[in-house]
Amino acid sequence: MRPARTTRLSGAALLLVLIAWTLLPFASLFTAALHQSGTYPSGISWPAHPHWDNFVQAFNVANMATIFKSSSLIVLGAVPVTVLIASMAGFALGQLQVAGGRFVFLLFLLGLTLPFEGIIVPLYYEIEHLGFLDTRWAIILPLTGLFMPFGVFWMRAHFVNMPLELSEAASIDGAGTWQQFWRVHVPLARPAVVSLAILTTVWTWNQFLLAIVLVNDPTERTMAGALGAFQGDWGTNVPLLSAGSLLILAPMILIYFIFQRQFISALLQGSVKG
Amino acid sequence: MSHTTMTSRRDHRAGRLAMGSRALVPRARAARLHGWLFLSPALAAYGLFVLWPLITSLRYSLYSWDGVTAARWVGLDNYRTVFSDSALLSVLGHAFQLIIYFSLIPVTLGLIVAAVMRRVVVGRLGTVARTVLFLPQVVPLVAAGIAWNWVLSSNGAVNQILSAIGLGGITRAWLGDFTYALPAVGVIGVWVLLGFCTVLLLVGMSKIDPVLYEAAQLDGAGPIKEFLNITLPSLRQEIGVCVTVTVIAALSAFDIVFIATSGGPGDATMVPGLEIYQLAFYNREVGLASALAVVLMLLVLVCVLPIQWFVNRGDVRA
Repeated sequence: MRPARTTRLSGAALLLVLIAWTLLPFASLFTAALHQSGTYPSGISWPAHPHWDNFVQAFNVANMATIFKSSSLIVLGAVPVTVLIASMAGFALGQLQVAGGRFVFLLFLLGLTLPFEGIIVPLYYEIEHLGFLDTRWAIILPLTGLFMPFGVFWMRAHFVNMPLELSEAASIDGAGTWQQFWRVHVPLARPAVVSLAILTTVWTWNQFLLAIVLVNDPTERTMAGALGAFQGDWGTNVPLLSAGSLLILAPMILIYFIFQRQFISALLQGSVKG
Repeated sequence: MSHTTMTSRRDHRAGRLAMGSRALVPRARAARLHGWLFLSPALAAYGLFVLWPLITSLRYSLYSWDGVTAARWVGLDNYRTVFSDSALLSVLGHAFQLIIYFSLIPVTLGLIVAAVMRRVVVGRLGTVARTVLFLPQVVPLVAAGIAWNWVLSSNGAVNQILSAIGLGGITRAWLGDFTYALPAVGVIGVWVLLGFCTVLLLVGMSKIDPVLYEAAQLDGAGPIKEFLNITLPSLRQEIGVCVTVTVIAALSAFDIVFIATSGGPGDATMVPGLEIYQLAFYNREVGLASALAVVLMLLVLVCVLPIQWFVNRGDVRA
């Protein structure tokens, strides 16, 4: 039974309105970015002479190349280690018999709902004490810890569903625990590992609080943290701020449209299991 | 969220181990030790950068400390301040108001939109809508804050649209208005979270057995009855996840508020996360900031645990 024609039309209208509403901020940024730098554009309007050069100017004043590199370094520092040690812990909790494993698991679960603001103050003094303030390590190291509750939960959920016979067969073949993990289980865990890597990459790239509290120099921050500084410096110059914001958004949006399917499923599974 | 299924799996496995692995006993002992070796890096990272600061937060909250000179023990005074200072109480109140926008609206609207995508508008438009609505999930919240700050400004697109449809009388700088600033921040939250809820609920709906709907149609149930009697109860898990994630987002909102309003005008949009940040790093009241942080973490737990309990309890019964 197909819904009546009027129902279908109003349903389609609802979706169209929501699509427009979701795209409104992007369209607004885009048209503003084309106005002359320093002017105050009005709403969404196409300028008589589009100033495409604003993007070039924003690229330069925001040090875009540098912060892109910085963000990438932070992702490279945080994500592979997170995925590796979360997989190891998930493997231990899901496949090995660990005395007290249940307690450890609960300890990790405790961190799942933790808002970062809850620990940002002591984290600041701890990082200062360790001498990492104003370096990328100030973001990389805490993020690795903060990703653990979700990462361990996520990888354990995968490993607990793998048949124990796999490990048993491997250990009869004389493989040690590490070989079982690395040769047998990790290759089979590819989908879970890829999802975790995607999620933690997005979360790292977009991390703001740690960046603004622990790192003063925007060129040592994540993309999101640098964008915050850019707004501080250029907040009154709407065209330039819009151009800069779009440039900073572009890589993530591009990746999203390329890997849309993986992105959506990773983010959704992440929340369901989390 | 899937605690019940995990426990049963574990029991099943324990039985299997007891029966068939006598030959593996020495190996099992080695594996037990290896288990801890495998756990240790994750535990170290978690302990050093989450658990330790967590304990330190508790400790700081019992002191009066400016971050530089010697700290002074004040017992529970900071907590008394959190629960008696009217400014701090209104900050906590704002967090709860944000739940309406970050949680209630996205989940309710998400249910409607997902139902529309699933049952009414099937095809290309539905797919495009899903992709576009989900887009805010990958955008840094900072960027959302900047974009909306401009859209909601006195010269922005929202006022432009309002004027165009003859509502020019109500235009204003939305984020600078004492009455409307918090709802305006809420609108940004809806923008960020609607797509997430919609797509998650949509996935849940696709798992519902179509036979249920056919049976309902044979019984002559209309679309609304179908929705209430079949769709809604089948989505308990997904709704639980949506509510949990969005409530946490509401209570711990930071990025959006920091960028869009910095808590202003006045303290009209001040939220706990931002207040902690300002107390600790600008007012140098580390103890009070830590007490508020502890209260915030407890609030999140107090809100989230009943939701989890409710969702899982339903599971056991079914």
